[in-house]
Amino acid sequence: MTDLAATDALPKPPRDLLPVFLPAILAVAMLPLVGSGSSWVTLTVASLAMGMMIFIMASGLTLVFGLMDVLNFGHGAFIAVGAYVATLVLLPLAGWVQADSLWLNLAVLAPAALAAMAVSGALGLVVERVLILPVYGQHLKQILMTTGGLIVAEQALYALWGPQIIPLPLPTSLRGSFIIGDIAIAKYRLLAMLVGLVVFAGIQLVLARTKIGLLIRAGVENREMVEALGYHIKRLFLGVFMVGSGLAGLGGIMWALYREQVHASMGNDLTVLVFIVVIIGGLGSIGGCFIGALLVAMVANYGGFLVPKLALVSNILLMVAILMWRPRGLYAVTSR
Amino acid sequence: MTDLLKLSGVHTNIGRYHILQGVNFAVAEGKTTMLLGRNGAGKTTTLRTIMGLWPPSRGQIALAGQRIEQMATPDIAQLGVGYVPESMAVFADLTVKENLILAARDGPLDTARLEWIFGFFPALRKFWLSRAGLLSGGQKQMLSIARAIVEPRKLLLIDEPTKGLAPAIIGSLIECFAEIKRRGATILLVEQNFHVAQMIGDAVLVMDNGMIVHRGEMAALADDTPMQERLLGLSLEAHQ
Ligand SMILES: Nc1ncnc2c1ncn2[C@@H]1O[C@H](COP(=O)(O)OP(=O)(O)O)[C@@H](O)[C@H]1O
Ligand SMILES: [Mg+2]
Repeated sequence: MTDLAATDALPKPPRDLLPVFLPAILAVAMLPLVGSGSSWVTLTVASLAMGMMIFIMASGLTLVFGLMDVLNFGHGAFIAVGAYVATLVLLPLAGWVQADSLWLNLAVLAPAALAAMAVSGALGLVVERVLILPVYGQHLKQILMTTGGLIVAEQALYALWGPQIIPLPLPTSLRGSFIIGDIAIAKYRLLAMLVGLVVFAGIQLVLARTKIGLLIRAGVENREMVEALGYHIKRLFLGVFMVGSGLAGLGGIMWALYREQVHASMGNDLTVLVFIVVIIGGLGSIGGCFIGALLVAMVANYGGFLVPKLALVSNILLMVAILMWRPRGLYAVTSR
Repeated sequence: MTDLLKLSGVHTNIGRYHILQGVNFAVAEGKTTMLLGRNGAGKTTTLRTIMGLWPPSRGQIALAGQRIEQMATPDIAQLGVGYVPESMAVFADLTVKENLILAARDGPLDTARLEWIFGFFPALRKFWLSRAGLLSGGQKQMLSIARAIVEPRKLLLIDEPTKGLAPAIIGSLIECFAEIKRRGATILLVEQNFHVAQMIGDAVLVMDNGMIVHRGEMAALADDTPMQERLLGLSLEAHQ
């Protein structure tokens, strides 16, 4: 690839960093309200871990939305399917899960996560071809099709696994906390944060450094021009949809382990949450999605601690506040 | 002389509007053909129809003898058609370099060809790593054209490239079009400015109300002031 040294650079407009600092500002502002330092650390770590998991679940949705303007109200199905598929690996190998060995624990977690991603991704292929392809450009039909798909998926999970909640204990070496002074940091939350950061960095790297990534960013801006340059954007979209579905599946197993249970309604519950995150972040913006997920998780954790009664509406309030400040979300990438 | 592009009885509807109403014309290989006509005549619609962005409801479009009116936009582009839309449509969030990497569909950027492009568009070298959204209007137009020619293309469809640009920039665009033609590309160029059209066109088409109302040699029209006035009226003069 030709790499010329630019002889000159245009004056860069100041980068819009305020949203980046928002989670930090919020966290600092909560310190006096929460009062106790150790509770604050616990809540903050919980927020970060939960935020990263929500980000993993929502990242595919924002790209799908931004790239093809497709409203997928069934995204939560991939989350639930990922969680159920994980039980197929984790429950039969419960011995490894219970073993007091990090390596045995990982040896069962890794294939469970891979299976969750693979099945959710493959399901994404079917859903895109069968439910979404026929209704491109028609929002109302997209909503009907994908909502229908979510209901069918939920019922199918009930039919296959039954209506009961399936307990999914954490592997032994991920239980408990690291204790530093009077601060306790749950091990699993650290792992969730780590995985979230890796996924975020990976997506950013692909978007910034690969031709596929350039095509995705260009397509979010102007898909017609991407086609006029000779690229089949629907094939690109199918790829993005499958990867997004696979990530939702990964988020599903992580969420299930976080809650230590699996239930078919989780897809439904989380769909609302990921949509709020995607809207807060700005359609098609991975960075916005990341910050949005952290904010939603912070509001849930700090809010749940300070004003438990507000827990149910806190996310909606957050969304309204953000949209009043920035009507198209934290980062507006698309022209829509 | 063979025709690279041929439209026969092309109709295009946008929603319930019947915009192109039986467009017939041919574009000779290796020539620059100007498509003129007042605002709203259907010039942009014609280019978008050729590109497959608004497929025709009736009629035939042939590129080098191959029928393309049913083909999808990316497949038409892959036959060697470059498109510079009226809106320029540079990817604002991508750098100049990244815009051109995407335009170079068939492989890595060709340094020699880039040097050739920088020859008439030095600003693109200068701002190589800047975001395209920060470029001026003229620089965006240069980038949009550069995207269409960063690899050799058979046919270039260029929509009102000089609109709103300063004379100096228009000069470099004219030089660029002459260079592209010298390299053997065929150009179909929509242009409102008759002075510019006269300087670069070999053949001319005039469109009105979704139909071609005149086709001929550019030189003949340039010499015939009464015909210019009859065909092009005040709308073109206003742009001179
Ligand atoms: N998206 C659209 N929807 C409806 N009508 C359109 C659209 N785009 C263009 N038109 C109409 O089609 C006609 C031709 O437009 P256009 O091809 O853009 O003309 P020109 O490029 O010659 O100025 C105009 O009457 C315009 O109003
Ligand atoms: Mg036009």
